[in-house]
Amino acid sequence: GVNPDLASERLAASFSVELLTASLDGGAERTRMRRAVVEAIENDPVFSQENQYFQSQNERYEAAVKRAVYLQKKIREMGWSETGTEVQYIYRCLSGDIALSLHRVFMRSISVLGSDEQIAKWMPLATSYQIIGSYAQTELGHGTYLQGLETTAVFDAATQEFILNTPKISAMKWWPGDMGRSATHSVVFAQLYVHGKCYGVHPFILQIRSLQDHSPRPGVTVGDIGPKMNFQHADNGFLRLQNVRVPRENMLSKFCEVQPDGTYVRWGSQKINYFTMTSVRISVLSDEVIRPLMKACTIAIRYSVVRRQSKLKPGEQEAKILDYQTQQQKLLPQLAAAYAFHFINTYLHELFNRGYQDIQGKNFDSLPELHAFSSGFKAIVTQHCTSGVEICLRACGGHGYSLLSGLPSLYTKIIASCIYEGENTVLLLQTARFLIKCFMAASAGQPVPPSVTYLSSAKPGKCPAKNKSDFLNPEFYLKAYEQMASRLISSSAAKLQHLIQSGVEEYEAWNQCTVQLERAAKAHCHYITVKNFVETVEKLDNKAGIQKIMKHLCDLFALHGIFSNMGDFLYDGYLTTAHMDLVTASYLDLLPVIRKDAVPLVDAFDFTDKSLNSALGSYDGQVYQRLYDGARRSPTNQQGNPAYGKYLKPLLQNKLSKL
Amino acid sequence: AAAMVMNADLRRERAAATFQPELLTHVLDGGAERTRRRREIEALIANDPDFQHEDFSFLSRSQRYGQAIRKSALMVMKLREYGIADPDEIYLFKSFVHHGRPEPLDLHLGMFLPTLLTQATPEQQDRFFMPAWNLEIIGTYAQTEMGHGSHVRGLETTATYDPATQEFILNSPTVTSIKWWPGGLGKTSNHAIVLAQLYTLGQCKGLHAFIVPIRELGTHKPLPGITVGDIGPKFGYDEIDNGYLKMDNFRIPRENMLMKYAQVEPDGTYVKPLSDKLTYGTMVFIRAHIVGDAARALSRSCTIAIRYSAVRHQSELKAGEPEPQVLDYQTQQYKLFPLLGAAYAFHFVGTYIRDTYRRISADIIEGDLSELPELHALTAGLKAFCSWIANAGIEECRMACGGHGYSRCSGLPDIYVTFTPSCTYEGENTVMMLQTARFLIKSYMQVGSGQRVTGTVSYLNDLPRQHIQPQHVAARPVTVLVNDPVSLVEAYKARAAWLVEAAAKNLQAELNRRKNKDDAWNVTSVDLVRATDAHCHYVVVKLFTAKLSEINNAAVRAVMTDLCLLFALHGISKNAGDFLQAGILTNTQVNQVNQHVKELLAIIRPNAVALVDAFDYSDSYLGSVLGRYDGNVYETMFEWAKKSPLNQTEVHESFHKYLKPMLSKL
Repeated sequence: GVNPDLASERLAASFSVELLTASLDGGAERTRMRRAVVEAIENDPVFSQENQYFQSQNERYEAAVKRAVYLQKKIREMGWSETGTEVQYIYRCLSGDIALSLHRVFMRSISVLGSDEQIAKWMPLATSYQIIGSYAQTELGHGTYLQGLETTAVFDAATQEFILNTPKISAMKWWPGDMGRSATHSVVFAQLYVHGKCYGVHPFILQIRSLQDHSPRPGVTVGDIGPKMNFQHADNGFLRLQNVRVPRENMLSKFCEVQPDGTYVRWGSQKINYFTMTSVRISVLSDEVIRPLMKACTIAIRYSVVRRQSKLKPGEQEAKILDYQTQQQKLLPQLAAAYAFHFINTYLHELFNRGYQDIQGKNFDSLPELHAFSSGFKAIVTQHCTSGVEICLRACGGHGYSLLSGLPSLYTKIIASCIYEGENTVLLLQTARFLIKCFMAASAGQPVPPSVTYLSSAKPGKCPAKNKSDFLNPEFYLKAYEQMASRLISSSAAKLQHLIQSGVEEYEAWNQCTVQLERAAKAHCHYITVKNFVETVEKLDNKAGIQKIMKHLCDLFALHGIFSNMGDFLYDGYLTTAHMDLVTASYLDLLPVIRKDAVPLVDAFDFTDKSLNSALGSYDGQVYQRLYDGARRSPTNQQGNPAYGKYLKPLLQNKLSKL
Repeated sequence: AAAMVMNADLRRERAAATFQPELLTHVLDGGAERTRRRREIEALIANDPDFQHEDFSFLSRSQRYGQAIRKSALMVMKLREYGIADPDEIYLFKSFVHHGRPEPLDLHLGMFLPTLLTQATPEQQDRFFMPAWNLEIIGTYAQTEMGHGSHVRGLETTATYDPATQEFILNSPTVTSIKWWPGGLGKTSNHAIVLAQLYTLGQCKGLHAFIVPIRELGTHKPLPGITVGDIGPKFGYDEIDNGYLKMDNFRIPRENMLMKYAQVEPDGTYVKPLSDKLTYGTMVFIRAHIVGDAARALSRSCTIAIRYSAVRHQSELKAGEPEPQVLDYQTQQYKLFPLLGAAYAFHFVGTYIRDTYRRISADIIEGDLSELPELHALTAGLKAFCSWIANAGIEECRMACGGHGYSRCSGLPDIYVTFTPSCTYEGENTVMMLQTARFLIKSYMQVGSGQRVTGTVSYLNDLPRQHIQPQHVAARPVTVLVNDPVSLVEAYKARAAWLVEAAAKNLQAELNRRKNKDDAWNVTSVDLVRATDAHCHYVVVKLFTAKLSEINNAAVRAVMTDLCLLFALHGISKNAGDFLQAGILTNTQVNQVNQHVKELLAIIRPNAVALVDAFDYSDSYLGSVLGRYDGNVYETMFEWAKKSPLNQTEVHESFHKYLKPMLSKL
């Protein structure tokens, strides 16, 4: 049965959980379809993740390969389509714990970067899994800075081949997923040399292992890069190339080609490719970043109403830890952020869909804005969600530290998202560059993209709020965010100008302003997130109490942001110190309000127990029994204690000399 | 592997330093002689083939546990062989043997033996202490249960006295009462000191400690009535068999209750203990230790991240020029240097608490406990303050190393997972902050009622001024000079005073409104945590600043002054809201602070590598490919990866099982 402490929380919901779930899914029909897919996957023992916390790197890898292979069978059996909506739910349900995910990146790069003939040759082989592909870009010495890659591809006109080399240790490909043990082929990025001239980084298709016995091809050294913080199921690999030859036709040549005589020809626009890169950043957010935060909130909040510790009042029963203000202050802002980011994700997808249509129509005007958006939001969403998951982990006390809580693996996985698809600081500085450009343009009276028009309209002023309830009016807090973002951007621009005018070289001036610029970019994205939350709430259906609770969450998200960045807001002068007291009071008042709906709000995320895989977060709240059952299943209790005979016994019997 | 030469970048960095790291190392160790002795002890272990082992990153949990047990057993033997008996030296020896990781005998050495010493009667010491000392008995300390950690009084395990047989009957009556987490319990120990609610003659007498045999000597099998095992995999602590213990009508003789203080007589009569304040002392000691752990974990992380940032080159600052060291980027300096400052600050704080504790230990033995409450309150807050910053700081360092920081070869994931539980154990951090807050509020009330307070809270004595002037006490102008650490200490002091006062007033307002002091306390707890945070921050800045004048060498003092300034100013910049709201700083001054932070980054940059070299971690202790002293990062990473378990065969077995059928099916 359900733990009564959890059941009572559900009775008190102020809104319909089912309707909120449908709203998050984008309609009741999608909820139905998602649940059908999840059920089919979770009921198949091949896909069970029950024992993953007990498995070694080798076992995790093998299970992930097994799942990847069986999934192909399952998809056929169920009549799902590889391109349909179901696929999205399948991968979401598997939480990425599956091998061969780079194979899809391999295929996408061929279809985006390959000529028609190349697509016709390679795609059928890949879709039917006669080959398994990986994607090798990052090297030991280079990640962020692609122009700095050191792998070379030298054209040999005599044989009509490229000769690929990783000339030094730092040039070795390092990190590509599925490379270490699985892949037979890879797209490899290398500096192209023709007749001694370097043409920059280009992609090549390279066979790395034999299709007969899977052994590395001559000149290829390939292997696994060793244990990581997580992703133990993935064989991230290294690849060392010594005079490996590929035919001329293996350079992916949608945009450029080396002709038989060595003439280098470039054609078409690479801008569409640029668009692909930016859209990948956005596509990881939902499943890899926002949903893990939702899971962490679900686990921590359910556990916090089951866990009782100490007494709030003498003589009473021990209190649920969620009734402590300090616990609410840790968890509820994370819950609000999970919703805020869910909505910003929807917003970004709409923006990209519109952008994609423009680009199809050969209109590339929106690209800079899209690029700035994808960079900035990838950075702030991954950063916030990562710290949110860690806060949830630590809010669960000692039991959060057990792998059985599910939280450590959520954390060690999401943390990688701050680095992959662009290191966050680097990305924020790209957004800052865009903002500075827009600010300059706006100052000169030129038109700017709609998302940044506030840069020219913001005027300094004083907030008219008089009491704490005024800060539940989005107009007031939105204005505060707008002022702050606008001020940080304009003062960074001024500083930059000042340095340049006083004779500092431009690159050095930029470096000297980067701490400030990074802050400005964050403030901009934070503002847009709050603004979008407000607009989303306005559009929500007013029935079944959903709009009301979402409004509370939106207020909490906004006020928590002000409370946590007081210095920046006070500095603006728009808010006074007296206002800050009101904001703090208003923010703290919201905590007990949202506290009442905390469990229904995480229930609405609709995670199954299997997908949470957490002793602390299960729907029935039988926390302690599940922890105990989990511990007893641990190999440490199932497989005897080899250390006793080898070490402990001699120790206890004073026969240490035998060690 | 061939001997590698020093990476050229690191060589240049070291040549350009303005001070001798060796002299700073002496400051950290507390004198040149202590540095020498520390190195001597480390050499004993480094040169001992018995202590060599494979890289733990490649071992399974069971193998890691086995290796740790092996080394612990040898460690105990060799400590005696070398005649090392000083507690500090034992600690050094142990941490070198285990590379700063926990080990399965920690609870035996750190809790079981000391508890016997302090709480056992002479008769009990005869029975248990020498066998435990000789490791015929291995014990652990079983307090935490599945359902109770922070709230010790809520523990559910019972020990019911049976006068008929003169035994205690131990029971774990519910699932939540199962003992959970004790280190060394799962597989290693054959005895445990168990905390249980004592029942005698039908009455509950509260928590008491009992010596419980749990495994049969000779076979190591659990005794009848005992269910014991490992609690399963964790985030870190792979070497430790944290365990569970369930007891069903398990009987132990009356003489197994630790009876130096409280006693149960044969007929069941309960004799009360005299005082329980002494347990404060142990807690102070352990929490001081955690501050030291925070300093070590953070300084190791900074060493790794800063050396790697000097070796790693990426992108271009200026078109056409070679790729710069990533340490030349302002954003990278901004991530790492304030943490470097914190690592030094925490080191000095840890030393201060330890020394103060030692100073007043003599008083404690004499029965003078007057200084203990403040030290106790202070260490609770500092434990939380320092461990939170270190916890976040380790992660910041790891992320500053980009993708390679994520690899276990960087050593950073291991440092993180080993350190992060200290935010929870020995007092959950939020609970600790609130304990300190209780002391701060109490002191504030004392001042309000006309008493003077002493020690770190003496700034509250200035408060009565508010009765004359209607403004906040902290609003009196502080002249803040951004170049003077002493002046910054004053600014932090004013902020602490302001936040303590604000919390006290809010608490009072809630009391007036609700009349229930527990509710009022709960709805003020966010303010109270902020007040403690500000108080601790003040103490840390103050101790760091005070340390500067003790440094004799001018060059070392100069660089430490820069670092102290950076630490203090960065803290102001990050908490500018408080300083602005309290009227301690103006907008213009906040601007100066932000500006000066950036200037200091550039000033510290040339000394960054020397500053981490001064921590004097050996490569073996550091355990990091990225943080190697010689900077040969990439070569070593490749060698390391080749040893990965997935690489043990050229073609992995899953190829034959799954991939081959799939590849060839069509």
